[in-house]
Amino acid sequence: MPDFKRPHALVDIPTHYCPGCTHGIIHRLVAEVIDDMGIEGDTIGVCPVGCSVLGYFYFNCDMMQASHGRSPAVATGIKRANPDKFVFTYQGDGDLAAIGTAETVHAAARGENITVIFINNAIYGMTGGQMAPTTLPGQTSQTSPYGRNPNTEGFPIRICEMLSTLDGVAYAERVATIDPKSINAAKKAIRKGFEIQKNKKGFSIIEVLSTCPTNWGLTPLKALDWLKENMLPYYPLGVYADKEVRS
Amino acid sequence: MEKILMKGNEACAEAAIRAGCKCYFGYPITPQNEITAYMSKHLPKIDGGVFVQAESEIGAINMIYGCAGSGSRCMTSSSSPGISLKSEGISYIVGADLPCVIVNVQRGGPGLGTIQPSQADYWQATKAIGHGDMRIPILAPASAQEMVDMTLKAFRIAEEYRTPVMILADGLLGQMMEPVSFDNKSLPEADSSWAANGHANSRPKNTINSLYLDPLELEQKIKERFKRYEQITEKEVGAVYDKGAKIVVAAYGSTARVARSAVDKARAEGINAGLFRPQTLWPFPKKQLIEATENAKVVLVTEMSMGQMVDDVKMSLEFKLPVQFFGRTGGFVPNPDEILTKIKELEVSDNA
Repeated sequence: MPDFKRPHALVDIPTHYCPGCTHGIIHRLVAEVIDDMGIEGDTIGVCPVGCSVLGYFYFNCDMMQASHGRSPAVATGIKRANPDKFVFTYQGDGDLAAIGTAETVHAAARGENITVIFINNAIYGMTGGQMAPTTLPGQTSQTSPYGRNPNTEGFPIRICEMLSTLDGVAYAERVATIDPKSINAAKKAIRKGFEIQKNKKGFSIIEVLSTCPTNWGLTPLKALDWLKENMLPYYPLGVYADKEVRS
Repeated sequence: MEKILMKGNEACAEAAIRAGCKCYFGYPITPQNEITAYMSKHLPKIDGGVFVQAESEIGAINMIYGCAGSGSRCMTSSSSPGISLKSEGISYIVGADLPCVIVNVQRGGPGLGTIQPSQADYWQATKAIGHGDMRIPILAPASAQEMVDMTLKAFRIAEEYRTPVMILADGLLGQMMEPVSFDNKSLPEADSSWAANGHANSRPKNTINSLYLDPLELEQKIKERFKRYEQITEKEVGAVYDKGAKIVVAAYGSTARVARSAVDKARAEGINAGLFRPQTLWPFPKKQLIEATENAKVVLVTEMSMGQMVDDVKMSLEFKLPVQFFGRTGGFVPNPDEILTKIKELEVSDNA
């Protein structure tokens, strides 16, 4: 049994995340991967606007805070000038799949050699629970109080499926953080993303299904159940792209 | 020194490369395309050179944020509607104190406007280039040679004061071919100890950020930035001007070239006219304008706009002199005779 210690790449301060939110777990997984690969000194992280806006406080590598949705463009600028460094973005669903759709799609299409950690919790957390591009049909939110009606609010976007059609995407996997088994699988996927980057293979995205107990109005445990019952059927876990982009 | 015939846009791009700019991020828009094309041709041949045609102006300016934030010398260029799109990113770049150069080869607006030359972005550039308590230095070249010289200057100011700097050109300057020379001066390697480019386990981590939730901290950041603005105002303003004129014509960029012709014609006819040409629009060369108007009875501002520089001229002179305006807009370049006619009208009313 290995020692359960705080990863060095994770700063030893309390986070601002709500109790029961899975951001903390996912931060830890990214930090563990950075530790395991010994790349903290060669990594630059980009955090978004949204719940993880203060992510630059929590990682011990160099960090940048980007404007809403623009993290993949910011990461492109960093990576092109520093092709031998590791660059990751950490983005939520509003940031990545609504206001930043263009930046996401085109960084993927260019095959930018970056790793995107995409937190999909089907809601805008930081601003108080508005409808997200990944909010499920029928799901209530502050701005879909009668439940998301696809006739008027349209349909959720399945990012991994969409991006997997692009030739620039070397790796796309959807994982979840609902139990120890899925958390281990999530870490493995994040590691895979960073390995793809290390080998300069192209764009990698790890979508992590995540809970938002506060804005879903559920206890942390019930939130996990809600994720399993509602999100897993709509957003199936799995590898959506694993291909040779550049050799 | 060897002279090369180049378009203003190409001269600007070549000057940037010679200044040591290795990274360019841009998006196609007329009338600045020669800069993007030149960069795409030449940067990939340079060791470490980076050219990216971004998905949008927003993408390009955010690539600049990332690149500049990692300590690399970089530039983007656009034209008026594209600059509006970059506005958000420029504000973040200011908020994070990142050096970079932004070129605006102005065309007419509002909206899609026209692809013809214009100077209608003066207000945007000098007063409202991004949200928040901020300014950025605005340099105003009036020839292809100044496109060269000011590009070098722009990078120097950007790195010395940790700020984006804008070169505010116009479609005429960008497209016009003129002989230029390069003095082959590249800038020294800038300090990048603050940059987020990997701490290599040898220094504390660096963070590039514009978010300060503590009002005291944000206020201090802004006040410190405004101290730098004071230094820029003290040291970096520039203008060229005639002294002792009774009728002072104030113009920048391409319009100043036309105004020069008009002033020379007026002088040939015995009218005591002179030209005042600001080379920086923010900070505005107030002291220089006061000196240029010591004997003046009237100031005539000429622009390719509805008169966006007029207020800065009036305020610099503390409303002590009458200030008149003549301009063309919508893509017209005023001709010397139009300005000369206006000078003559003022001469008559001045003597009346």
